[in-house]
Amino acid sequence: MTFVEWYTQADFWLAVGKPIHDWLVGLGVPGWLVSLVYVAIGAAAILGIITVGVIIAIWAERRFIARLQDRLGPNRVGKFGLLQSVADALKLLAKEIIRPEQADAFLHFLAPMLILGASLMTWAIIPWGPGLHVTDLNVGVLYLLAFGAIPALGVTIAGWGSTNKYSLFGGMRAVVQYVSYEVPGAIVLIVPVLLARSMSLQDIVQAQSGPLWNWFFFQPTFFIGPLPIPIPIVGIVAFVYYIIAGLAETNRTPFDHVEADSELTGGFTTEYSGMQFALFFLAEYANSIAVGLLASTLFLGGYHTGLGDAFDNLIWPLLPGVLVTKAALIFLVFVWVRGTLPRFRYDQLMQFAWKRMLPVSLALVTLSALFASLSSLLGPIVRLAPGIR
Amino acid sequence: MADTLIPGISADLRPELGDTIFEGFGPQGVVDDENLITLNLGPQHPSTHGVFRLIMQLQGETVVSAIPVMGYLHRSTEKLGEARTYVQGTVLTDRMDYLSPITSNWAYALAIERLTGLVVPERAEFLRVITGELSRIQSHLIAIGTFGMDVGTYGTPLLYALRERETVLDLLALPTGVRMNPSYIRYGGVARDAPPEFFPQLDRFLRIFPSKIDEYEAILTDNEVFRNRTIGVGMIPPEVARAYSVTGPILRASGIDYDVRRAEPYSIYDRFDWDVPVRYNGDCFDRYMMRVLEMRQSTRILQQALDSIPEGDIRAKLPKVLKPPKGEAYARIEGPKGEIGFYLVSDGTANPYRYNVRPPSFVNLTCLSQIAVGHKLADAVVILGSFDIVMGEVDR
Repeated sequence: MTFVEWYTQADFWLAVGKPIHDWLVGLGVPGWLVSLVYVAIGAAAILGIITVGVIIAIWAERRFIARLQDRLGPNRVGKFGLLQSVADALKLLAKEIIRPEQADAFLHFLAPMLILGASLMTWAIIPWGPGLHVTDLNVGVLYLLAFGAIPALGVTIAGWGSTNKYSLFGGMRAVVQYVSYEVPGAIVLIVPVLLARSMSLQDIVQAQSGPLWNWFFFQPTFFIGPLPIPIPIVGIVAFVYYIIAGLAETNRTPFDHVEADSELTGGFTTEYSGMQFALFFLAEYANSIAVGLLASTLFLGGYHTGLGDAFDNLIWPLLPGVLVTKAALIFLVFVWVRGTLPRFRYDQLMQFAWKRMLPVSLALVTLSALFASLSSLLGPIVRLAPGIR
Repeated sequence: MADTLIPGISADLRPELGDTIFEGFGPQGVVDDENLITLNLGPQHPSTHGVFRLIMQLQGETVVSAIPVMGYLHRSTEKLGEARTYVQGTVLTDRMDYLSPITSNWAYALAIERLTGLVVPERAEFLRVITGELSRIQSHLIAIGTFGMDVGTYGTPLLYALRERETVLDLLALPTGVRMNPSYIRYGGVARDAPPEFFPQLDRFLRIFPSKIDEYEAILTDNEVFRNRTIGVGMIPPEVARAYSVTGPILRASGIDYDVRRAEPYSIYDRFDWDVPVRYNGDCFDRYMMRVLEMRQSTRILQQALDSIPEGDIRAKLPKVLKPPKGEAYARIEGPKGEIGFYLVSDGTANPYRYNVRPPSFVNLTCLSQIAVGHKLADAVVILGSFDIVMGEVDR
């Protein structure tokens, strides 16, 4: 196989994963062992990406928000303060873990790990590039919903197990917040599923390949001859709602009731210190980045550049970078929101979720179903995405 | 077990004292219902603006009763004032409202001047107005910024406000010489004349400041979430405000058009052209807006004072040791937080016989427990923030 032949496969699995797998099996290594090693490598890679990603994200957030607030931000440790987060992590690692005497020892111990574990699990199904993923489940979106709900349990357990009234209020608010936002958030996820007719994230990304107007963000797109006319009511609203639900799920401003520093001093994290607190922090940022990655995957074409399949195939080894760029931009929007908005009151949050978001997201699902069936009826006139034909 | 409860009291006294020993020390007005959660907000809490303690009983997150507990910062200022000479008493006033010390200086100096009949020179009156209005701006900037924090921003409004506060402090440091505790306004005049470079710098500040106020308004006033959090929250009806003798921006936000600067003009405020802004809903949003509007009016007063400041003395002829004649005097001025009053009784010696303060923050705070009831926990924090208290003044 020449280099050109190898390169034109434009698929990480076919180009890298499968040849090594076949070579190892050819050498007599049992197939299950190779698969096991592959999964282990994937898990290690995800852990590394999360750790490095969170450190960079915290640095970026602090620098960006400092600029918004007319100050400098961390700029002493390392070049541009890049090592500040590393120094903070080391400091937290060295600090004593304090458990209140009255706290429920087991629950207090369990909560940080539960939250971090659940947020790590979400990362397993993110498609990083063509054929590049730890696992591609055919029920990927359901899996997302399942593991997206577990942090609520963790926060509640942390709030209850700390035996502190502020923590307890944080835990109670967590339940309210997650239940309110899971519902419209989950319904909005039906839109990409309907448009791609698949729950697998790889399929959803593949359905958005090609030019820009194939992204679910720009749906529905109508065609007059070859001329695309995007009227993206469904796509944009669904995307914005997913981002709002994501802000609520990751406890970021304006929905940070769970730790609301001006009311609850620190909410569920009040009684945590040292590495246990760092785990909460890590999970929170891992979740925020994951929301950025998933929003890009579900609505913004994932790892596709939007410049057409030919261009994507040409630069395929760089496609993971495209996904990361999109996610980084979404994360910066999160930071921007945090630098601007006050916090909702939590009954206003419930009103917003149940009275505004829920009806609109139901309408979105109806509309996208309508357009999806129209596109199969009218063919080239009303077209949604190449995934639907 | 009972023996371990109150270690200092012998066993045979205990039956008489019984459980009542702490009665009178403990919080009053507690609702007796075991379904309520008692949440102790403070004295160490990020949004109590100092060492203020609020014992709240909550039904879910709704406040059923709120009992303010004050006194954690008590330094017996009034008693100290009686043990010091009149000029030494000025220093104590700095430590009360430390965000706007000059207005407290002013009220104290005014009381002494009423007691002795000292006449303040023209230029000193102008310098008093200029520094006083600058301190009002400085205090309102902090009020707006920290209010933004209480509502839940990540500090962006606060840092915007602090940016201008730095300029104001730098300006104030030119005539006063320091950034904090200036003791600038003293009886008979002011401590020092302003250096010549002060006036062009003030002029430059006054030219840019209105656009900076627009910036705060852009990030708070027009913010949908901010409006949701503050409009209709913590309404103080005018009759309640009157009953609790609330003063200052809080009173005017409730629709009562009362400003000491106009109701009982002191210094030279009657010479300037300015308005007393009034708003009528009495909610947190109006209290916030009052401060924004007052900053704009202060800018107007400052501009006029700057344009017409005369040359001349800055201090009246004063004796080495001031011994006012026997008598009493009460002076009040419009501070940034409300009416600051000083009541001084002289027995003819160098020390005041009585040194009594009417601190606006303390009086305004008394209606908190009535206003907060029925609101959510998050609103209670916002209401407390909208009162703009300074614990140095509340506890003295």
